[in-house]
Amino acid sequence: MAQNTTVPTAGHDEHHHENTVVFGFWVYLMTDCIIFGSLFATFAVLRNQFNGGPTPHELFEFGGLGLETALLLLSSITYGFGMIAAHKTQISSVIMWLGVTFLLGLGFVGLEVREFAHMIADGAGPDRSAFLSAFFTLVSTHGLHVTCGLIWIVTLMVQLMGTTEIPERMMNKLTCLSLFWHFLDIVWICVFTYVYLASMI
Amino acid sequence: MLGRLSLSAIPLDVPILVGTFIGVLIVGVAVLGLITYYGKWGYLWKEWFTSVDHKRLAVMYIVLALVALARGFADAIMMRTQLALAYAGNPGYLPPHHYDQIFSAHGTIMIFFLAMAFMTGLFNFIVPLQIGARDVAYPFLNNLSFWMTAVAFMLVNISLFIGEFSQCGWLAYPPLSEMQFSPGVGVDYYIWAIQISGVGTLLTGVNFFVTIVKMRAPGMTWLKMPVFTWTAFCSSILIMATFPVLTVAVALLGLDRYFGMHFFTNDGGGNQMLYLNLIWAWGHPEVYILVLPAFGVFSEVVPAFSGKPLFGYKTMVYATCSIMVLSFLVWVHHFFTMGAGPDVNAFFGIATMIISIPTGVKLFNWLFTMYKGRIQYHACMYWAVGFMVVFTIGGMTGVMMAIPGSDFVLHNSLFLIAHFHNVIIGGVYFGYVCGMNFWAPKVLGFKMNEAWGIRAFWFWLVGFFFAFMPLYVLGFEGMTRRMNHYDNPAWHPWMLIAEVGAVLILFGVVCQLMQIFVSIRDCNKPENRDFTGDPWNGRTLEWSTSSPPPVYNYAIVPHVSSLDAYMHDKENGIDTRQAGGQYEAIHMPKNTAAGISAGAFALIFGFAAVWYIWWLAAIGLVGVIATIIARSANKDIDYYIPAEEVARIENEHTRKLMAQAAE
Repeated sequence: MAQNTTVPTAGHDEHHHENTVVFGFWVYLMTDCIIFGSLFATFAVLRNQFNGGPTPHELFEFGGLGLETALLLLSSITYGFGMIAAHKTQISSVIMWLGVTFLLGLGFVGLEVREFAHMIADGAGPDRSAFLSAFFTLVSTHGLHVTCGLIWIVTLMVQLMGTTEIPERMMNKLTCLSLFWHFLDIVWICVFTYVYLASMI
Repeated sequence: MLGRLSLSAIPLDVPILVGTFIGVLIVGVAVLGLITYYGKWGYLWKEWFTSVDHKRLAVMYIVLALVALARGFADAIMMRTQLALAYAGNPGYLPPHHYDQIFSAHGTIMIFFLAMAFMTGLFNFIVPLQIGARDVAYPFLNNLSFWMTAVAFMLVNISLFIGEFSQCGWLAYPPLSEMQFSPGVGVDYYIWAIQISGVGTLLTGVNFFVTIVKMRAPGMTWLKMPVFTWTAFCSSILIMATFPVLTVAVALLGLDRYFGMHFFTNDGGGNQMLYLNLIWAWGHPEVYILVLPAFGVFSEVVPAFSGKPLFGYKTMVYATCSIMVLSFLVWVHHFFTMGAGPDVNAFFGIATMIISIPTGVKLFNWLFTMYKGRIQYHACMYWAVGFMVVFTIGGMTGVMMAIPGSDFVLHNSLFLIAHFHNVIIGGVYFGYVCGMNFWAPKVLGFKMNEAWGIRAFWFWLVGFFFAFMPLYVLGFEGMTRRMNHYDNPAWHPWMLIAEVGAVLILFGVVCQLMQIFVSIRDCNKPENRDFTGDPWNGRTLEWSTSSPPPVYNYAIVPHVSSLDAYMHDKENGIDTRQAGGQYEAIHMPKNTAAGISAGAFALIFGFAAVWYIWWLAAIGLVGVIATIIARSANKDIDYYIPAEEVARIENEHTRKLMAQAAE
């Protein structure tokens, strides 16, 4: 009857928790996807409402955009390296790859902020026309997500420092962040295609 | 320093508000004083506010819902009284500025804080028990969801005494809700209340979806799942699919207001109909989010009090799922007058009518369940049968409005108001109250008083017909919604009848409060006390554990082999509790203050954002993020209940059962 209470005997529940965290986060990401879907729909409705203001042809330039895209796609790969290291429990390597991912993500956000600052300085801010409202909101919602991802990366780097193993809970967090980061990449590809490319053609 | 907040924001010139404020102050001080006098703060904090136990959170949700009912109903009866008076030369007692805030607050509170909170309360209590789980998938997020909902409701109520509330109706249509026409703080209160409670609701949806997918007891396949859980499942899917759209719609309105953007403005290329499409892409599924769980309640109550299994279980499940899917295809019927053209309107009109088919299937299933059953007219059954009558009428007027031609006449008239109160009161509210009466013995360990329950039902039912049938007539006579004053003498008698109805409903609400009071007073009477855990000869798993259930719900996780699992066990003489058996240590989540902390910071953020106090808003936002990060770093989040303790609790329960059986 008496059992050692420190040993998890009810392995059944344990199992539940392992599976549910990553699954639940994935489900949550799908709801996030609907947020982006609604913003894309809004952009689709308002994309030609220039209100006599600047049009995509006058605003977008592909140089900075290509660099932004390259940084973000590259950061997905570096995060992938981090996950490989995590599966091998090479903590210092995980921290290093997270750091590289962070810098690439920071570069992306920096370029985006610079692009926005230029546009606002040129009188093409979000209050200029409905098109620009929709543009700024959609693109900066993505940027805000990346910024949240950056905070999350730093949080996990700090939590990993000084540890020697990666317990289940930490592995779940790394996996969730991985889903989040790749998801933002996919959203960016849609933004790049639908907002920038389709507006230029 | 204080943004646009100043002393003049406190409406000292409105005697009704000053009176309310003094009343709230007295009651508030009395309640806080009593808690302090009896030294219950520690108890409340440890056992309730920081609790991650789904059963405790359920009770807190339902208390929140009842407080919202009091506030929302006070608004309702004020509106009816205004319209009974404000005719011809008499301006009534509410100036338009105040009246418009009241109808906006009424709708917002009733949907977001009465109905949603009540529904989430029922989900929380019943779903984990019905599927044989020990908690929800994410107990901490469950606590966080509750606090997000609660602080959003607080924000709405703060607007009563500091500043003003929105005057743009419960959905804040632009361009009226834009800065150009509503420069005050009212719409901003609305926006932040919706956004903060929206976070809570979305997390609830994810939580229950994952709980139902991942945590069902072994053997409970999809078609062995109780109908209430099915409806909670479909409702959760609808929450996940549509609340993000609400978040976007309201966020874009906020961007227009805060940053001068042009999503829905009259100038700059904005498009108001975009807002209507977005808001109703959420809003129509929202009514099914609310009503499906009510259908689930009836599907549990009707069999229990007819002494028969539910008629047509599978058709009930299919009907629920088809309603879930169809609910996405009808949103345009809220604005046929937009001018989308006959083909589009015809599509949405027909899609709307099609929903009445699965709903009809459900109604016939309940009727056939009762047919040749041994029906006990318990208070629950009154609400259930009353629902069938009222909801059917409401459904039929809905089909009338689904015809675009007739909708052009009835759109935004009192006919519409009558219709949706017909389905929301008759469907959602009757359903939730029925569920509260049905499951109260499970939650509390004693039955609710029946006499007061039945009195409440009759007042609500008769009051409903008096209050809303005249509104159908007035709609046909051309009276539009949201009027503050009117001159047509033909309308006045109908408005007086509606006022009588509102007073009857007031008696209904008072009877419900009496029912709660009397039930608690008499809780130790032997006829009310229930140790068996199964007062109604229930069919589903929740009745197999003790009432109130132990913190871990089930000492031994049940194995399910058929639909109506507990009835199956009872009929086959299987001892589900396995009393005196071998118990194992049970893994449980620890209570946490992170939820209430994040909620408090969210409240600070919301209030500061309403008043443009940016430094305070920054503190609020950083506080929320810091709380979540701190929670993520906390390693002390769970514990084990030792097997000896489980055995002690179970044996205690067995002893009580024996004692009651011996009496």
